[in-house]
Amino acid sequence: MSPAEQSQRSRSTRNGWLLSAPALTLLFLAASGPLLIVLVYSFLTPGQYGNVVWDFSLDGWIGILFTRDIFDGTMNLADAHLTIFWRSVKLSLMTTALTFALGFPTAWFIATRPPAQRAMWLFLITIPFWTNLLIRTFAINEVIRNEGLMNTVLTGLGLISEPIRLINTDTAVFIGMAYVYLPLMVLPLFAAIDRFDMKLLEAGYDLYASRMQVLRHVIVPIVKPGIVAGSILVFVPSLGAYVTPRVLGGGKNMMIGNFIELQFGQGRNWPLGAALSMALLLIVMAALLVYVRASTKGSNPHG
Amino acid sequence: MKTTLSALAILAATTSLAQAEGVLNLYNWGNYTGPDLLAKFEAETGIKVTVTDYDSNDTALAKIEAGGHGFDLVVPSANYVPIFIEKGLTVELDLSKLSNHGNIAPEWMDVDWDTGRKYSIPWQWGSTGVAVNTSVYGGDINTSAIFLEVPDELKGKINVVPEMNDIVNLAIMYVGGEPCSEDTEVLKKARDVLLAAKPDWISMDYGATEKLSNNDWAASVNWNGSSMRARVNNGSVAYGYPKEGYPVFMDSAMLLHDARNVEEAYKFLDFIMVPENAAMISAFARYANGIAGSEEFMPEDMKSAPEVVTPEEHKAAGVFLPTCSPTAQQYMTAIWTELMK
Amino acid sequence: MAERSFEVSRLPGFATVAIAVFVLLYLPILTLVVFSFNSGPSIAVWQGWSLHWYTDAWNNEAVKGATIRSLIIATAASAVATSVATMAALGTTRRAAFGGQTFIYVVINQPLMVPEIVTAVALLILFGVVKQATGYQGLGYLILAHAAFCTPFAYLPIRARLEGMDLSLETAACDLYANPWQTFRHVTLPLLAPGIAAGAMLAFVISLDDVVITEFVKSGGQDTLPTYMLGQMRRAITPEVNAISTALLGLTVVLLTLFFILTRKKN
Repeated sequence: MSPAEQSQRSRSTRNGWLLSAPALTLLFLAASGPLLIVLVYSFLTPGQYGNVVWDFSLDGWIGILFTRDIFDGTMNLADAHLTIFWRSVKLSLMTTALTFALGFPTAWFIATRPPAQRAMWLFLITIPFWTNLLIRTFAINEVIRNEGLMNTVLTGLGLISEPIRLINTDTAVFIGMAYVYLPLMVLPLFAAIDRFDMKLLEAGYDLYASRMQVLRHVIVPIVKPGIVAGSILVFVPSLGAYVTPRVLGGGKNMMIGNFIELQFGQGRNWPLGAALSMALLLIVMAALLVYVRASTKGSNPHG
Repeated sequence: MKTTLSALAILAATTSLAQAEGVLNLYNWGNYTGPDLLAKFEAETGIKVTVTDYDSNDTALAKIEAGGHGFDLVVPSANYVPIFIEKGLTVELDLSKLSNHGNIAPEWMDVDWDTGRKYSIPWQWGSTGVAVNTSVYGGDINTSAIFLEVPDELKGKINVVPEMNDIVNLAIMYVGGEPCSEDTEVLKKARDVLLAAKPDWISMDYGATEKLSNNDWAASVNWNGSSMRARVNNGSVAYGYPKEGYPVFMDSAMLLHDARNVEEAYKFLDFIMVPENAAMISAFARYANGIAGSEEFMPEDMKSAPEVVTPEEHKAAGVFLPTCSPTAQQYMTAIWTELMK
Repeated sequence: MAERSFEVSRLPGFATVAIAVFVLLYLPILTLVVFSFNSGPSIAVWQGWSLHWYTDAWNNEAVKGATIRSLIIATAASAVATSVATMAALGTTRRAAFGGQTFIYVVINQPLMVPEIVTAVALLILFGVVKQATGYQGLGYLILAHAAFCTPFAYLPIRARLEGMDLSLETAACDLYANPWQTFRHVTLPLLAPGIAAGAMLAFVISLDDVVITEFVKSGGQDTLPTYMLGQMRRAITPEVNAISTALLGLTVVLLTLFFILTRKKN
């Protein structure tokens, strides 16, 4: 590397840090920095009525995987915790898949409208989300419940004779979550598709590629950053979701978010809550890095 | 840029407002303070009350403990009152400033958690029981068996509110234990009865007022005030008081140690002990209050409501949940986790 | 040309799915709007038409205050989040990989990775100390907290737009002796605009929806619409909330329509 190249490179690195500095400062002040408090708390002892006592203890961390049986005092693997964790991961994966299946065609549709219309379609996607999550979820409930809009209309049209029982099923949760998280998938996808040069498609078809081939070999690689961004924005927040699972699924089973909240609330075990969140953070961070590395490898022509 | 500036202007405005004379910051359960009550108070005293909501005792406790909140009064439940006192978060009231203190009904004066009412002034009280649609199930509803050994008619149609303390203690009392029990035999039985009953529940959610009204649920463990609202919408809903024991709650107003508007707070506490005003509180949230003589000012539909006026024969089974020991709390959390996994 | 690219960009079934998505998206909103006109106190049992929830909401100081506060916080927080996210996206893409790039990426996305309650408790403790030390209890804390957790929502779409965006136009501008700022202002920014718009919209709705962090950070008199509603959830939600939501939706639609009419005229 020549000295000139080297100096240009270090200037580029410096600019990279400078441009990122405001975001980093903001996050250190109001997100990652305060999280250090939680890290410290995970090594303390629970206070009598919530909060912590400043005595060092590893019980919070041990409690993630092992619980002392309250009846015979033996230490066991905390299968309840693992069940809760696995349920959250499974639901998040399914939600991500469904939002992608619905979000990709939608984003494509928006990106292929005449430029003057695109903003309007984008707003149409986001406007429903101006209403609060809770009231929105209740509204979904209103549509899909046994005597709700959907069943009334379908029965009225004579399409079904028995109401479709959706409410309090996993399917309901699944539909609801996809509804709630849809814009988080559509907007990043749109941002990526919108810069896609449609001439590439022509080239693809000129080479007699089928639509499926074009989709796989031309479109997907180029909009990949959007897919990555959208998947992260849907997957990670849905790990901690609980309003939707509760209202539509009946809330008989906890999600990881409820479980952690329980420790900070009625459970009065802040160190366990803190340790659980730190563990979750580490797992998600690791998964995210693997995912991002794998999906951006070789697809960054300007890197 | 403009938005930032206007936001800053509003920031400045809100801060100065909070420090002005004649204001009061009340930290209360959501949807618990009627606007007409505050309007009347402002008209009488010139003091403007700002209400901020919370939705759980634990949130309120954590926030007040963290400090810098700007609240003057908080309204915790009975089993949290001793915690606030013990932690020094609230102060003993100067009863000489409360001319209406004598209006507190005798049965609410010498309560376990605050003998002589030196720290807390009654706001509202109620109970956790079972609301049942009697057109679906015609049997005895004054029992926890409604949700712990679900009758066939109600299987798959009953909801249980996701409140750990209420539900686990209902189960403990059902199997013959005391609330906040540390007796592992009792706890084991309570856990088993809960685990066995869970498959018969349709959901564990709030919103019983709506879902009992529109027949989505045929029954629910529910609070009395909400059950009354449901009955008004749907005449077949009745409220049962489990004879094995059911939790009674009372929320009371307390003065915070770092309150900035102390005089205003005293005026407000005195104001809510006037029977007519206490009745306004009840009329809004649909729960009874603890002020003697407020009954005559209550709305007609509440005077005779079986959900609000506990029938004599069910009074004995009502139990105030004590402040559980950390061990008992740990047991309850373990059972709850097992139940909800 | 435009015709032709429109042709090839058609993928079978995509438009059908998209239209179905839009219809399904608005179906619940429809019930929400209808029940805002319910004369009864229920959001599920219809008892006839009435406008009284609108007048109730309008006369309810707490609701009005909470709505305005929500909008102020969401506007300020999304403005801050989008600005810092745009800069960070420019700083972390389209340049030679540098040590620390992964670190920056992880820090920016960190708010996504822990349940809100955790950030909320952490902020409660930290801001509690700061509030006592400074005596300042204004909306600044909420704006700061919201801006922080909205940043990844703004960052990821902008980054997705930037990644692989063609550098040749900017190089051309530089060759024409445009200074870096001119290049950014007249070349990069317009190319980036759809990404920024997407990011800002996400940040705005995410802030507008937040309950848990707001609940723990707010000081006296700082309820937002979601925290106000949370308090209602345990007892009974009335169509008042539907009325507010409908009014907000109506306002949005009117403003947007005006905006589109005005921009069309300009064109």
